[in-house]
Amino acid sequence: MSNSAKAEAVLALHRFGMGPRPGSIAAVGTDPRGALIAELDRPLTLTAAAVLPASAKAYRTVADANARRAARAKQAQQQAKKQQTAAAPAMSEDQTQTQGQAQGQEKDAAEMAAKQAAEAVPDPGRPIYLQEAKLRTEAALAADIGFAERLVWFWSNHFCISAYKIQSMSGAYEREAVRANALGHFVDLLLAVEGHPAMLFYLDNLGSMGANSIAGINRSRGLNENIAREIMELHTLGVRTGYTQDDVISFANVLTGWTLVPPGDNPEHGGEFTFNPRLHEPGGQTVLGKRYEQEDAEQGRAVLRDLAAHPATATHVATKLARHFVADEPPPVLVEQMAKIFRDTEGDLKQVAITMVSSDEAWRGPPSKLKRPSEWGVGMVRATGITAVDPARFTGGQELLGEGLWRPSAPKGYPDDEASWVDGIGRRLDIANNFAERVAATADPQAIIEDVFASQIAPEVKQAVGRAESRQQALALLFMSADFQRR
Amino acid sequence: MGFDNHLPTRRELLVGSGALFAWSQMPRIARAEGRDPRLLVVILRGALDGLGAVAPVGDPDWISLRGDRALVLDGKPPALPLDAFFALNPAMPNLHRLYKTGKAAIVHATATPYRERSHFDGQDVLESGLVKPGMTSSGWLNRALLAMESGGRVDPRGSRALGIGSVTPLVVRGSAPVMTWVPQRLLPASEDTQNRLLDLYQHTDPKLATVLQARMKLAALGGAPGIGDPMSDDPTLMPPGIARVRAYFAEAAGTAARYLAKPDGPRVGAMGFVGWDTHIAEGAASGQLYNLLGALDGAFAAIESNMREVWHETVVAVVTEFGRTARINGTEGTDHGTGTVAFLIGGGLTGGRVIADWPGLKPAQLFEDRDLKPTTDLRAVLKGLLRDHLRVDEKILAETVFPGSADVKPMGGLVG
Repeated sequence: MSNSAKAEAVLALHRFGMGPRPGSIAAVGTDPRGALIAELDRPLTLTAAAVLPASAKAYRTVADANARRAARAKQAQQQAKKQQTAAAPAMSEDQTQTQGQAQGQEKDAAEMAAKQAAEAVPDPGRPIYLQEAKLRTEAALAADIGFAERLVWFWSNHFCISAYKIQSMSGAYEREAVRANALGHFVDLLLAVEGHPAMLFYLDNLGSMGANSIAGINRSRGLNENIAREIMELHTLGVRTGYTQDDVISFANVLTGWTLVPPGDNPEHGGEFTFNPRLHEPGGQTVLGKRYEQEDAEQGRAVLRDLAAHPATATHVATKLARHFVADEPPPVLVEQMAKIFRDTEGDLKQVAITMVSSDEAWRGPPSKLKRPSEWGVGMVRATGITAVDPARFTGGQELLGEGLWRPSAPKGYPDDEASWVDGIGRRLDIANNFAERVAATADPQAIIEDVFASQIAPEVKQAVGRAESRQQALALLFMSADFQRR
Repeated sequence: MGFDNHLPTRRELLVGSGALFAWSQMPRIARAEGRDPRLLVVILRGALDGLGAVAPVGDPDWISLRGDRALVLDGKPPALPLDAFFALNPAMPNLHRLYKTGKAAIVHATATPYRERSHFDGQDVLESGLVKPGMTSSGWLNRALLAMESGGRVDPRGSRALGIGSVTPLVVRGSAPVMTWVPQRLLPASEDTQNRLLDLYQHTDPKLATVLQARMKLAALGGAPGIGDPMSDDPTLMPPGIARVRAYFAEAAGTAARYLAKPDGPRVGAMGFVGWDTHIAEGAASGQLYNLLGALDGAFAAIESNMREVWHETVVAVVTEFGRTARINGTEGTDHGTGTVAFLIGGGLTGGRVIADWPGLKPAQLFEDRDLKPTTDLRAVLKGLLRDHLRVDEKILAETVFPGSADVKPMGGLVG
């Protein structure tokens, strides 16, 4: 391979993939665009995920543990109270304590016993989260290029949920709703994520009910607007594209009844999606000027289909994708090429991705984008050839860098511009230093430069690495170099 | 329903929250007057329910509006009376004490010029200081700093100091160099490694060089808390319960105050806390909002005690992007709204009052028949503080800091 071909392969790996790893430049070969497109034809499923629970099962497991914990706590509290009552006569002979103090201590002791009993029941949510994190991260480490995995990450962030709110399902949600549809049509991805119990939970739709629904009347409760607003603002049309507060309310009414099967009542299907007609606002609704008269979940699906087909959605999605992969201010020509193919193919996301990497506009600019912490972290591990991670350590690093896995602080997901992340460079150095310390015994910085990067790296970096006082320092400098941070 | 036991004690996470962003300049004119003022801006992200924080208990329509979710003076626990009309959420005894001693003021029925209901656009307007979202990439606090005549830098080596932060918020972005501090426990890279990397950046990527240099300068200032600090952002810990939330708020705010109080520390800073988006089971009197306000109240106490001898020169402004619906929604929470409250605390304040041009709560008095109608422009409050506390020129405030706000006169008499 010529030097220019090698340089283009390295750019392809940084910009569209998960970063260079041993053998990846050969895998890209002399036709980087063709290699990226070819990767999209491989199955995107995680075969190792067969051992992981489906979202509903994970949800039930956590719900069951919570119920057991509550029961143990109650038992322990009752037990403690019984013992105190038995000991009470002896206490009354001793007048050194006032009655109030004694009662206070009894209460504390009972609460302490309850707390201890509850803590004895382990929380299965975090082990599930870590298993999911491990598989997802190792898929990114194992990919030849990682373009398809990057697309999964992109859509997962676009349709984010938060593991702080719904940890049990966070990984399964990505597998079931996002990964399964990331290279399909946008409408199918949209229907899958908005109908997924994790999203309905995250955006507060489970208990939302129409004011005139059976449950709404009986319980005097009603609507929650959250999911309707975020679908239009963040997931499809984009903010300020013409929808009104009335559209939000109508759409929220449309989505009433989209909920999940309560786990306590149903050990077989608890945690699965269900449409509950008792919660659903009866009658037709008008959203964006169109009337929807359907009686059931079809009403919501019809609105989602129309939102997916709306021209504003094509522009919103194309802009976000181009911004993520190519530049904070992506070339308008590229955005329009991608938006056009989105409209022409009814939102075929594979075709949109192919259009992006086939456009000269996507390759022309200098590597100006600062990698997000997660991309940078995975890239660092890939460069060393390591293929297995300790998920607690890896996700911990991501959190320290402000990009906790499946834990954005708001439904907008993590930002994608340099200004948001550049101040974190200092902390990246601490992480790089820490990682370099752990791998210095086995990772040779010179070999990484020559074999993994095919020597396609700035002479200043080679020089700094060559003059470093230790392997650890050399690796830290390499991982922190602009050549490694930017794409 | 069965899903209730999955609800966490709070909605969102704290990592990325509680970071301090600050500047190294000192306000020159104020110093010439013999003062050395401190300003801390605290942003509550997610939209605070102003009516759940400060209740208009004297409004005849209050009870009918919120029903048994209304904070009342004979509630359990009882709301804390502020004056004949307003009462404070019972989770905030510190704020109540500060208010009673004239060291806190509350602005009610206030809002930025933003009238839609997107969190992200609302925060954009709140932080940019402009009338519409998406118009600028710099924040009003940063532009105020640029406009303020500098009386010298607190860092004698005179350069941009900087960061370990995660995501830099818009309010502090801009050309005035910002330094950030986030609690951390990782052992940092050696000075030698940092110097070598800086040299590499200076030859290959000036932007990264600036950021790294700033961080090194901050570390050289010395005494940076965080390393070996008992406060932990150890991500292997489970998501925080309310005790951890309280500890986090108090520690983050207290650390910010410790920094601002140092003679060679920054004078102006900003930080944010997330988690106020209470769509479900808001719990103003006992529940998530009560808990969060309690944590915020603890943060106020930590600021007061850590400011020590400069407390009398301190002003803290606590603001949020917009309020929430006046009525409770279908899931015992509130949806995105408009008018809300701002808290002002500090030894430098002329407080002890609720500043409000009360719009009323009858349906026709609500904004779009759903939200508390805003009657006080939040920019007037912020402009008043910047003018009278930091001595930022009024014309600059109207043109540069809050462009197009000439009609919004700075609120006088907030600091004394």
